[in-house]
Amino acid sequence: MADAEVIPLGTRGKPGRGSGSKRPSAAARTLAGRGPRSVPGARRDPVEQRDGRPDGDSAPGTAPRRKRRAATRTPEEPVAGTDGAPNLEREPRPGSQAGPGPDAGPDAGPGAGPDAGGAPDPEPELGPTAERIREGDPEGGIPVGDWVSALTSAAREVFGERWEPRVAELLALARRRVTGDYHVDEFGFDVELTERFLLAAVRPLADKWFRVEVRGADNIPADGGALVVSNHSGTVPMDGLMTMVSVKDTTGRNLRPLGADLVFRMPFLGELARKGGVTLACNEDAERMLSGGELVGVWPEGYKGIGKPYSQRYKLQRFGRGGFVSAALRTGVPIIPCSVVGAEEIYPLVGNIPALARLVGLPYLPITPFFPLLGPLGLVPLPSKWLIEFGEPIRTDTFAEGAADDPMLVFNVTDQVRETVQQTLYSLLMQRRSVFY
Amino acid sequence: MRRVVLVTGVSGDIGSRLARLLADDPAVQRVVGVDVLPPRSDLGRVSFMRADIRNPVIAKVIAGQDVDTVVHLSVEPERGGGGSTRTSAKEHNVIGTMQLLAACQRAAGVQRLVVRSSAAVYGSSSRDPAMFTEDMSAKRQPRSGYAKDVLEVEGYVRGFARRRPDVAVTTLRAADVVGPRVSTPLTDYFRLPVVPTALGYDARLQLLHESDLLAALHQAALDGVHGTFNLSGEGVLMLSQAIRRLGRATVPVPRFALSAVGTVTRQAGVRRLHAELSGYLTFGRGLDTGRMRSVLGFTPEHTTASAFADFGQAVGPGRDRSRSMRRTMATSSGAEHG
Repeated sequence: MADAEVIPLGTRGKPGRGSGSKRPSAAARTLAGRGPRSVPGARRDPVEQRDGRPDGDSAPGTAPRRKRRAATRTPEEPVAGTDGAPNLEREPRPGSQAGPGPDAGPDAGPGAGPDAGGAPDPEPELGPTAERIREGDPEGGIPVGDWVSALTSAAREVFGERWEPRVAELLALARRRVTGDYHVDEFGFDVELTERFLLAAVRPLADKWFRVEVRGADNIPADGGALVVSNHSGTVPMDGLMTMVSVKDTTGRNLRPLGADLVFRMPFLGELARKGGVTLACNEDAERMLSGGELVGVWPEGYKGIGKPYSQRYKLQRFGRGGFVSAALRTGVPIIPCSVVGAEEIYPLVGNIPALARLVGLPYLPITPFFPLLGPLGLVPLPSKWLIEFGEPIRTDTFAEGAADDPMLVFNVTDQVRETVQQTLYSLLMQRRSVFY
Repeated sequence: MRRVVLVTGVSGDIGSRLARLLADDPAVQRVVGVDVLPPRSDLGRVSFMRADIRNPVIAKVIAGQDVDTVVHLSVEPERGGGGSTRTSAKEHNVIGTMQLLAACQRAAGVQRLVVRSSAAVYGSSSRDPAMFTEDMSAKRQPRSGYAKDVLEVEGYVRGFARRRPDVAVTTLRAADVVGPRVSTPLTDYFRLPVVPTALGYDARLQLLHESDLLAALHQAALDGVHGTFNLSGEGVLMLSQAIRRLGRATVPVPRFALSAVGTVTRQAGVRRLHAELSGYLTFGRGLDTGRMRSVLGFTPEHTTASAFADFGQAVGPGRDRSRSMRRTMATSSGAEHG
């Protein structure tokens, strides 16, 4: 019964070898030939036993694991099949990746039982592969061929047909991360970490949860410095993250946000922010980034915007002191107004505990309809529908030299940017059918 | 005109190497080395004078030897062991500099002063800009330790430059120096068997190779460019990245406990973790080196990464761990027997 319906994972129901090669590999032939002679050894060394278990991945021994990895790379390794090694009296263990199904279990026990307590290994020169094949106690069942096949087909399931280069690339990535062999720019921006891990983690949130719709992405220049100026809302700076992902996905550029010093004071958050490309919102850093040709994002409302009550949603607060405008004027980069609709509704801020906030050193301590009422569940953002619109760039290189030192001009440009963002917000709100779709 | 150079702190590693380098330079007629301790290595053609710069006798040396270039290297963090305490280090750094500058001000022959300062003047805090240029100052003033010494020393040097406008004063704010031979608080830190880090923080490190520091000091002594310059290799390494490159084990501890860990390691007889490092290891620091390249005209040979790689090769992955373990075990067993 057990042998009949075994369809290994990943072969898509095709009987026989998952690898698709006609001829059994050298390793498989060795196994098949040696099979009958092999004496089931009940006593093995512990490393071997551990390695044979279905959860062998967690086995701490490094040597067997290296063997297995080496085996994975061999393309013509045998793949577990019903007829792959017919002489082997073995049963795949239930619950393993290559395991056939629930009906394999009962047979394994009795088949192994009588041999338990047998002689020690008679032929050590058989090598680890053959040793592992030997039937014995129920602990040690899965032969290496099954492991290989399971891993191979699993890799194919996950990565598609061209799985080998992708797995190799992933391993190389892991090696680079572990050995510290990656580049970090002078602001502490870790491109690899950001693109491969941070943005990849946030992207599903943008695509599936908030269903971010981006408009006017072609207003972002393909290269050279530019300053994206956006409204700020949502109690938690989620809008910054979403704008980063949107900019990355539509233009391929990394948005480099400017963050408050509170971000860098906080453990973990500060570390992650630096590696994600955030730097301190000060003129020196902004000008350094802009003149370095980066795409810089700034949220001039700051805490006033992000921590405003829900009743004031989509009403822009004061735009700082216009420092971002003077940075853009000094470096001559365009200012791109950005309007985000939807972020206001993710955590509707209905209350604030200023005294407690002051005590823990935060600018505000939010109360939303669900937080802290529902505890951690209240931290789940409401799935509002987001619209992000990038407006037409406002050029700053047409102003005369020294324009950045003219406060009136700076105020005027600041107002112009603020008005643009506010008007776009209103028109986006008009177009929005509902908060949630 | 061939120069007569006075080098203070000549018994240190950098000092003795710089003194020999200058002595071999054809543009230099004579090099006088001054320190409170006798040099550990052969100084070659350098004439050594055992003198304390905290003592007015230094004025006689400068006048008597017709010194025209003073290279002041003895502003240093407390040297490990040897009974060197914070008070004596501070006295040596600050009072020594005051005496030296007073002597220089009197000596009409002095034309150049090169001060080896440190990037520690910029401090380390969460409000720091990504890169410090020379005209910025610390966002959070260092209130104690080596960083405060350096701050005060630089203040006195600025005062001297005001009073003697005819002297070209070069202040070199060197980033943390690493290399196979040099021993600084930071290299001691990386040599710890298990490296403690601040939990939840990752500092940006910018490093200078010891050979680049030597070359820069050499060039500054001979060129006499007036001004203050950051001195550092190109690029930045994250602390976590650096430790991974070394292949060391880390133990993250809360930020406030970092200096306490330093006390523990010191008492355990292993290398010490300087308490002053804790701020730096939490927030790190970046230096803008534009002026170093354009005005001072100095280009370091090593980047931060290659300097650290050179240091890492000398330390070797894990090798030091077993060595210091053995040493610890030897000390503890010795203590039991004794």
